[in-house]
Amino acid sequence: MTPRRKKRLLLVLLMIFGVSSATALALKAFDQNMMFFYSPTEINAGKAPENRDFRIGGLVVQGSVVRSEKSLMVKFDLTDTKEVITVQYAGILPDLFREGQGIIARGQLNDGVINAVEVLAKHDENYMPPEIADAVATAKEAN
Amino acid sequence: MRLRTVIPLFAFMLLAVLLAVGLRLNPREVPSPLIDKLAPGFILPTLYKQSANISPADMKGKVWLLNVWASWCGACRAEHSVLNRFVKDHQVEVVGLNYKDGSREAKQWLKKLGNPYAKVAVDREGLVGIDWGVYGVPETFVIDQQGVIRYKNIGPVKQQDIDETIMPLIVQLQQGNVS
Amino acid sequence: MIPEIGHIALIIALVMAVVQASLPMIGAQQRKLEWINLASPLARGQFLFVAVAYGCLTYSFIVNDFSVRYVASTSNTALPLLYKVSGVWGAHEGSLLLWALLLSAWTVVVSLFSRGIPLLILARVLSVMGMISIGFISFMLFTSNPFVRLFPAPMDGRSLNPLLQDFGLAIHPPMLYMGYVGFSVAFAFSIAAMIDGKLDAAWARWVRPWTNIAWVFMTLGIALGSWWAYYELGWGGWWFWDPVENASLMPWLVGTALIHSLAVTEKRAAFKSWTVLLAIFSFSLSLLGTFLVRSGVLTSVHAFTTDPARGLYILVFLVLVIGGSLALYAWRAPSLRSIGQFSAISRETGLLLNNVVLVAMAGSVLLGTIYPLALDALGVGKISVGPPYFNQIMVPLGVPLFLAMGLGLTLRWKKDSTSRLSKKAIIPMGLALLIAILLPLLFAPEQHGLTFIGLILASWVALAAMIWLLNQGRSPFKLPASTWGAVIAHIGMAVTVTGITLTSIYSLEKDVRLAPNEQYSLGDYQFKLIGVQKVQRDNYVAYQGTVEASERGEQAMLMHPEKRTYLSQSRPMTEAAIDPGLFRDLFVALGEPLGKGAWSLRIYHKPFVRWIWLGALFMALGGLMAALDKRYRRLSSRVEVTV
Repeated sequence: MTPRRKKRLLLVLLMIFGVSSATALALKAFDQNMMFFYSPTEINAGKAPENRDFRIGGLVVQGSVVRSEKSLMVKFDLTDTKEVITVQYAGILPDLFREGQGIIARGQLNDGVINAVEVLAKHDENYMPPEIADAVATAKEAN
Repeated sequence: MRLRTVIPLFAFMLLAVLLAVGLRLNPREVPSPLIDKLAPGFILPTLYKQSANISPADMKGKVWLLNVWASWCGACRAEHSVLNRFVKDHQVEVVGLNYKDGSREAKQWLKKLGNPYAKVAVDREGLVGIDWGVYGVPETFVIDQQGVIRYKNIGPVKQQDIDETIMPLIVQLQQGNVS
Repeated sequence: MIPEIGHIALIIALVMAVVQASLPMIGAQQRKLEWINLASPLARGQFLFVAVAYGCLTYSFIVNDFSVRYVASTSNTALPLLYKVSGVWGAHEGSLLLWALLLSAWTVVVSLFSRGIPLLILARVLSVMGMISIGFISFMLFTSNPFVRLFPAPMDGRSLNPLLQDFGLAIHPPMLYMGYVGFSVAFAFSIAAMIDGKLDAAWARWVRPWTNIAWVFMTLGIALGSWWAYYELGWGGWWFWDPVENASLMPWLVGTALIHSLAVTEKRAAFKSWTVLLAIFSFSLSLLGTFLVRSGVLTSVHAFTTDPARGLYILVFLVLVIGGSLALYAWRAPSLRSIGQFSAISRETGLLLNNVVLVAMAGSVLLGTIYPLALDALGVGKISVGPPYFNQIMVPLGVPLFLAMGLGLTLRWKKDSTSRLSKKAIIPMGLALLIAILLPLLFAPEQHGLTFIGLILASWVALAAMIWLLNQGRSPFKLPASTWGAVIAHIGMAVTVTGITLTSIYSLEKDVRLAPNEQYSLGDYQFKLIGVQKVQRDNYVAYQGTVEASERGEQAMLMHPEKRTYLSQSRPMTEAAIDPGLFRDLFVALGEPLGKGAWSLRIYHKPFVRWIWLGALFMALGGLMAALDKRYRRLSSRVEVTV
């Protein structure tokens, strides 16, 4: 092989190595960290996975927020206006968390209750996160 | 031109198509599933008279608009002058749905900017908003004589929307041309 | 009247940009000197008029002219002057105007420092920058005019989001924009070189300082954003892999690759078409960043505005700029012949590895940002990709990058030998190993494999750079600024990685419930809630907590986290109390009242978190020094102006 060819080959090999290892890493990481989004209706229909984190969005039902006296545990109901599901969370709720507002929680499903590890509230006063808007709209459609 | 140098262009074109599709998915363009369905009922107090109630049933037989607004909403301010002009120019009643707002602020706002509404229903908790699938303020619904929602405008109503979409629809509805 | 002047100035600027984009380019093709000579004066004229427009908008902000819709929707009479001035770029329309202003300013500076650059090339460069300017100014005029009047004018505007009433955030966008816009210079030079069909060492020397300066701003902008998120959002995190953050990280990664590939193009006349491609990518990603942020295609905590019409406009603009330049690349790149040859062990190979890894990183970030959108577009489902995805990719990709980084400076151009390299590497590697084993054993509460990896890589990079500097055979103070720049930037990266490693692994974070006089211990620290009281300030009311924090046996200190509610806003804001330190930060934020005087509190102990931003400062300093190296100035200075 001429030096020029050799260099070419080296370049190409390096590139292929870089790209393929990055792709492999990306696919593996994707597989483990992809989180799907479900609405309360879908969860009650048994569509949510078990033993795996997913995200759920909906409106916090008025008057459903219950706090523990002793710990940071808080319980509330989420609805997409059709079905309702209870969420449990031990931690500090975001500033924008309010009854009647749209929120997104991340967690797992156990015995029909979501054990959330993270609760996010919408950031803008005027608009709902699109996932929630979608979930609410779909629930209406089914009515 | 060699194949190698064209790859980036193709990759970008793919991405552009993706973005174009993504753009269409904008949350504001989620079609309302309530279109052509009976408007959800409600009975709410009015802004100026706590004891008086208002319900969509009162409007049967007329084509009317329901405008969801709040004094804390910046976009409503822009929309307001359009609505004022609309009620002056056309014989159509607009009912306001004051959404998650304080009565005092709402009254002040109307005093300052003018009141285009035939009536203002007060939805302090936003419960009616949920029934109507309101996911942002402002939103405007067109409801026909039978109480069926015919059109929903998400975001502030612009003069262009009135001239090109809302008014032609209302005229058609009033003539009974839409099945 | 003033807003109308601004509006007209903007229209004139657009007309000038159109002429600036077309005549010099045609002139350069047809060798018409008088058209070519129009480029610089037009660039200056355009800058003047954009500046006038910008001044008018600033004026409207300062005098509270709420008849201007943009002012009414972003400003308020109660706002302090500083935030009125920064409010100009507080929302969509104004930030575009700022972008256009910075772009025209960069264009003028390029035209000023143009001595030694052939007129033909300069004309093409300024013309390309004019084309980009057309895109931005017309975007403003057609879809987001900041000078639109509002009738009737409100008495009082709407307050800026209190989140945005903050000094860190006020200077964050201009910094970032300086970087984004700065990459347009390298982009424009690349387009000119492709049209010209010639790309030599002189070309690389023109482009390098501009790219470095842009990169410096980008580095500072990203660091500022991260710092702001840390102390203002109240979450105590310093990076969220939020789409907006990713949008700024991607051009930074590719820009870093570009800086290194430019070195090869200058010194060895190799990697030519690759360099051009990187220049196109880094600017394209800057534009894509704007698209992702401004169009609301991706929802995120930062999205200022969502409007499909604007999104469509940006998309068309993107297709024209990126598609056009890539088409030009497909057509012309084969004519840019790289001649420099090198062997398998050489600095070229090291830099190639650097480039491949950095581009792979940027690609993975792009994938993680776009993939959820792709699935949604295909109707497969709504997903999100969490931070673990990014971490799982960045860490393994970072290892080879850092190994090469330590060797990079030592490696010789063209051909080097393994035996020489291993001799050079043995001392820094040995020391790094020592540090990575000993330090955690002595100081860390527990041992962790990732600490070892992070520390060994960071100290390897830093030590290799320092030892290389000392081995140059000359007094280090006589070495050129660019040499120092490279060393300092590499050390900065090492400092940042140390911070990231230690704070990620050893941070203690706890949400707790505390009643008054109750205490909680976190690591070596005790936190005691004294109480929470209501306080009234100028433009907000707040719950102010008093928390006593003490290290074992040390004097206690008081921390005051707040929960503020700004007037004219209904939502509360968390204002964390932070006790900063070079080796650790203490962080306390108020959660919610839980009744009977008890509150939920968020308490963090974050070791070495400041190093993340300190390292970024080093990197920026290094980049600046490299850009100011004498050998660029000799070539290109006509007027002594510092950029």
